[in-house]
Amino acid sequence: MQKDRPVSLILDNGTVFHGKSFGYEQPTNGEVVFSTAMVGYPESLTDPSYSGQILVVTFPLVGNYGVPVGSFDADGLSSFYESNKIHAQAIIVSDYSFEHSHWNAEKSLGEWLKAEKVVGIYGIDTRELTKILREKGSMKGKIVFEDENEIEFADPNLVNQVAVVSCDEVIRYGKGDKKVVLVDCGVKHNIIRCLLKRNVEVIRVPWDYDWNDLEFDGLFISNGPGDPNHCDITVENIKKTMNNTDKPIFGICMGNQLLSRAAGATVYKLKYGHRSHNQPVRMVGTNRCFITSQNHGYAVDNTTLPSDWEPLFINMNDDTNEGIRHKSKPYFSAQFHPEAASGPTDTDFLFDDFVKLL
Amino acid sequence: MRDNIKKVLILGSGALKIGEAGEFDYSGSQALKALKEEGIETVLINPNIATVQTSEGVADRIYYLPVTPFFVEKVIKKEKPQGILLAFGGQTALNCGVKLYEGGILEKYNVEVLGTPVQAIMDTEDRELFVKKLDQISVKTIKSEAVDNIVDARRAAKELGYPVIIRAAYALGGLGSGFCDNEDELNVLAEKALSFSPQLLVEKSLKGWKEVEYEVVRDRFDNCITVCNMENFDPLGIHTGESIVVAPSQTLTNAEYHKLRELAIRIIRHIGIVGECNVQYAFDPYSEDYRVIEVNARLSRSSALASKATGYPLAFVAAKLGLGYGLFDLKNSVTKTTSAFFEPALDYIVCKLPRWDLGKFQGVDRELGSSMKSVGEVMAIGRTFEEAIQKGLRMIGQGMHGFVGNKEIKIDNIDKALREPTDKRIFVISKAFRQGYTVDQIHELTKIDRWFLQKLYNIMMTANELEAYSDVKYVPTDLIKKAKQQGFSDFQIGRSVLKDSMTDAEQTILDVRKLRKEHGILPVVKQIDTLAAEYPAQTNYLYLTYNGEYNDVNYLGDHKSVVVLGSGAYRIGSSVEFDWCSVNALTTARENGFRSVMINYNPETVSTDYDMCDRLYFDELTFERVMDILDLENPHGVILSVGGQIPNNLAMRLDEQKINILGTQAKYIDNAEDRHKFSTMCDVIGVDQPRWKELSSMDDVNEFIAEVGFPVLVRPSYVLSGAAMNVCSNQQELVQFLELAANVSKKHPVVISQFIEGAKEVEVDAVADNGEVVMYAISEHIEFAGVHSGDATIQFPPQKLYVETVRRVKKVAREIAKELNITGPFNIQFLAKENDIKVIECNLRASRSFPFVSKVLKINFIELATKIMLGLPYEKPSKNEFDLDYVGIKASQFSFSRLQKADPVLGVDMASTGEVGCLGDDPAEAVLTAMLSVGHRIPEKNILLSTGTTKQKITLLESARMLVDKGYNLFATGGTYRFLTENNVPCTQVYWPSEEMQPQALEMIQKKQIDMVINIPKNLTSGELSNGYKIRRGAIDNNIPLITNARLASAFINAFTTIDIDDIKIKSWDEYK
Repeated sequence: MQKDRPVSLILDNGTVFHGKSFGYEQPTNGEVVFSTAMVGYPESLTDPSYSGQILVVTFPLVGNYGVPVGSFDADGLSSFYESNKIHAQAIIVSDYSFEHSHWNAEKSLGEWLKAEKVVGIYGIDTRELTKILREKGSMKGKIVFEDENEIEFADPNLVNQVAVVSCDEVIRYGKGDKKVVLVDCGVKHNIIRCLLKRNVEVIRVPWDYDWNDLEFDGLFISNGPGDPNHCDITVENIKKTMNNTDKPIFGICMGNQLLSRAAGATVYKLKYGHRSHNQPVRMVGTNRCFITSQNHGYAVDNTTLPSDWEPLFINMNDDTNEGIRHKSKPYFSAQFHPEAASGPTDTDFLFDDFVKLL
Repeated sequence: MRDNIKKVLILGSGALKIGEAGEFDYSGSQALKALKEEGIETVLINPNIATVQTSEGVADRIYYLPVTPFFVEKVIKKEKPQGILLAFGGQTALNCGVKLYEGGILEKYNVEVLGTPVQAIMDTEDRELFVKKLDQISVKTIKSEAVDNIVDARRAAKELGYPVIIRAAYALGGLGSGFCDNEDELNVLAEKALSFSPQLLVEKSLKGWKEVEYEVVRDRFDNCITVCNMENFDPLGIHTGESIVVAPSQTLTNAEYHKLRELAIRIIRHIGIVGECNVQYAFDPYSEDYRVIEVNARLSRSSALASKATGYPLAFVAAKLGLGYGLFDLKNSVTKTTSAFFEPALDYIVCKLPRWDLGKFQGVDRELGSSMKSVGEVMAIGRTFEEAIQKGLRMIGQGMHGFVGNKEIKIDNIDKALREPTDKRIFVISKAFRQGYTVDQIHELTKIDRWFLQKLYNIMMTANELEAYSDVKYVPTDLIKKAKQQGFSDFQIGRSVLKDSMTDAEQTILDVRKLRKEHGILPVVKQIDTLAAEYPAQTNYLYLTYNGEYNDVNYLGDHKSVVVLGSGAYRIGSSVEFDWCSVNALTTARENGFRSVMINYNPETVSTDYDMCDRLYFDELTFERVMDILDLENPHGVILSVGGQIPNNLAMRLDEQKINILGTQAKYIDNAEDRHKFSTMCDVIGVDQPRWKELSSMDDVNEFIAEVGFPVLVRPSYVLSGAAMNVCSNQQELVQFLELAANVSKKHPVVISQFIEGAKEVEVDAVADNGEVVMYAISEHIEFAGVHSGDATIQFPPQKLYVETVRRVKKVAREIAKELNITGPFNIQFLAKENDIKVIECNLRASRSFPFVSKVLKINFIELATKIMLGLPYEKPSKNEFDLDYVGIKASQFSFSRLQKADPVLGVDMASTGEVGCLGDDPAEAVLTAMLSVGHRIPEKNILLSTGTTKQKITLLESARMLVDKGYNLFATGGTYRFLTENNVPCTQVYWPSEEMQPQALEMIQKKQIDMVINIPKNLTSGELSNGYKIRRGAIDNNIPLITNARLASAFINAFTTIDIDDIKIKSWDEYK
């Protein structure tokens, strides 16, 4: 274990953390974000929403249960992952478990990172790093092995990350009486699984595809990485659907932000975002509260919602928007992840609500 | 919140016992705090006088009465509360609450159960109802099917899925049960079992499954959270209380974690809990299959642990929910800004380890299984598993230094020891690694998940790396750092490197410390903030780790803090009383302008509630860690005298490091602790002691005994097996004990003391200032000397001491205080016989009885002592114990029913696990209340007597007459029968198990024809003990009250024959004036 290569994480304010490599050995860069989730590293790493980001895991022990097999089922959905590959640029942990133990594991986390050419670092004071990110907001960072100039800093939010991770063509899944168009802004496979479980046909379309000519019963706008302001095309297409039909619309995460933008609201960048499994949200006007899984860096500005829209959920810690709904039409969305994977499954009922509306 | 609730009754858990310990002082105190915040008047029933919750200002009214329906009803009648809380006093309070409900008492007095409804409690307590309830929501439980033929057995097994376990119904001792992996095995076993039992129980075997728990909270609006999950290191089959537990779970994937979480929420909703409960699962290590083991519809040991592990105050929140709040109404008490409706995210791992004291018991079964035997626990926090477990193994406080670097243990058969775990299990694993066992081999034998074993193996590998060096100076910095990150202490590093050449351990520790400081290898302080640093939190809840580079807190270096060292794991001889002392020292320091700093690691305590002090270091009490903290804190001073023996033992070494010890100075502490120095001092000031000598050969032993005569108290310095001390009455016993239990040699001398028979034991608890006694309390044991002071029944103020004795005791206490220049609390134990007094022990620290005497006298000895130690002005109390118009009795609680096969007899070594303190207007009333509080019952009609020696028989003769006069039937064994008959006390003769006549005493016990057993062993020799063993054990196993001391028996009999249970006055503490 002494032989692991030393590696440094450099933040764009000059702070340096020294650790050791347990993944692929190649300089990399990205936006450094932290997640306080205590389980679910295979799910997080393959979540397209982490595209362009360096993920800091605050729970110190990572890799314990290895990584499950990367197989695909008949629909072409990954059996255990949230997409077909790792999307994060790198993972940073405190204590990596070189030896894993789980019946379902095919390989270790380190082996997987190496195979997918993704950087992994251990031996970092992740709590201190998290505190810096909390105070300064998410920062640009780079990981270097020998020389600090091996690679430049890069801001993934300047790039349209949605375009990077979205599918290239229309893909159809399942059979059912009802058809749902799913706009792929970087969809997690579990969202598709959650819809298929409810016996609908899913028509997955690229983020910039105009679905309005297709035959469908409802529209679903997926999660996705980066800055929602890059997705004007998607916003225009959503507006078109709302103007031309009253078909139900449901959005998750990026979907919440794009639906809000289509409604006329604005979206702003949070200081360091919400990335965890323990975010409390309250359904506005009720005593119903839910623990949710979240992964987002931008939020909808409640004050900019037009009068025929209202917040559906509010974050109980910082009062930020966690979802919106139309006052009379079947449009609603959640900033959090009802599909979980990883995280708590308390809000799974939103899929039922959506399917009932179809 | 509900506004019709103005006054609430809360039930405590009574004396500490195995399975129900300090955690309920913590949860009860939290609940009381929550109610107080709402302006609700609180009434508490709890006879455990040593607790924090039964202190002034915590509850408005406190009743030191038994937590039984009889007394609770009387309190309800008097106090007329609108609400009652049942979930904060363990199983005792819950059971009592269910009985009150079933008996219609709550309805009669219109008392509303706040929080979880009683029906929901009953649904979880009754096995059949529970299974049915969970069936309704398709949640799997552990079921067994009863069958009476082989065909049905095969069908049942097939339905359940192999492997199965089959048990023969109505068969004792597991006869005919076993595991079957397939139908062939079932055929063989079932056939055999059916041959001697008409019925078989077929049950799915969950051997080797993981055990996982969730702590779940629900409000009345149906909002639910799981605050914490925990995973057992030991697989199913070992009671959670006996298992090492980690939080959060370490080997569960996201899918598994959330599957069980979702189920836990589904269960709590369906059962209808309002407040907190815990759900225990068995979890298949090879699939996602699970079974629910049980649900506890109350605060539990696990919930206390979860609160400490996460910083989420479960009991406090549960109490608020009981009052009708929603989780969304409450704030996170750590961040103060974010919502209490959230699930803590940890950025560290905690490890709970049980503390056993099985060595204190004769004959006890040491194998771990489904019943709990541990008497305490510790919680270790780290940022690697290796760090946490090694800390924990040191915290346990049984001379172990971690996973490696310990004294060799002797194991005859490692395979067997791995397969059949005992309290030594983790050290067996260490030994097995040393002998070349692989992780896989150990996994096969123990079924402990490989992940845990691999981490332990990492520790072993690092030890091997260190062992390659022979001088600490040459060990590479990286290796020292790695070792520290894996939780190695400086001692472990030193021993690994120096091996047998380490002669001066204390010096080695200092050398390693110096070296690593030079290399900048220092621990950092991290906060526990419930949100893994996501939000800023001004939390004062801290731990130290080597897995990090930066401190979370800043140090002012203003010398304004006072560090109080706590008492560590509860164990026999040190428990909640020192927690009370610690909390009072903290509070006093805080109230007087100091920053109070606590170091302790026992999750069951109130002192480790981060609200109780300005800074809490949840960490080790070793010299190394205390010095680490003192280096950072740079405090005004350290208080060592309120946490029992652990802090006291650090005095000399801290003093050498120029630490400002508040109170009595280290050299005086050493003068009291060192037997020789203390004796010399007593001789100089003319204070008498029983004669004693440290001897290293049999000849010297014999010579000394020839002078002092038998009986003698023998204390070996090196114990092979069994209890550490013994009383020997003759040469044969002496030889036997020294040969069996100890070796006498130059290296292992033995201390022999004169043992004075028939002497009274008297204690002084006192506080002094610069050698002058400021306050004292003299109390008297009911039992004669020979029963450990921790097991004895104590009356305060003393009821039967000569004035002259009292005068002499006071005088000696003053002389010793002066000679040792005592500043702060101290305790001296005396023997008194015909006004002749001898000192037997002196501790320059608070003793076990400090809370008892403080509360009876209503003068807080620790507050006074702390003020003195801090050099603050104080008023010398004018009150005197001889002014009191009432009596306090402290009685001991034993947990023999949990300790299979242990002989329930009292001796010079302590055996009790807890105590109560009750008040009465006269001794009889106080004795009766106290005895009922520790689980005795007033017998119905039949009493079995075996009353020991002639002297003891005489002691009990009058009692026997009183029993007969009261209409009791006496049954007596041979000698006692003859004695009673000769003295005209009518009784029936019964026979010992070794006699072949009828009626047999043991059979009567088993048939529950006896209501109380009084069995007084003649002496503590093994021959004598074995005669009565079956009777005593029979009484315990059949839940029949047992008394083994003649003087205690006499006091109890006197109490219940002279006053009626209805005569016990229902008076709260403040009504005793």
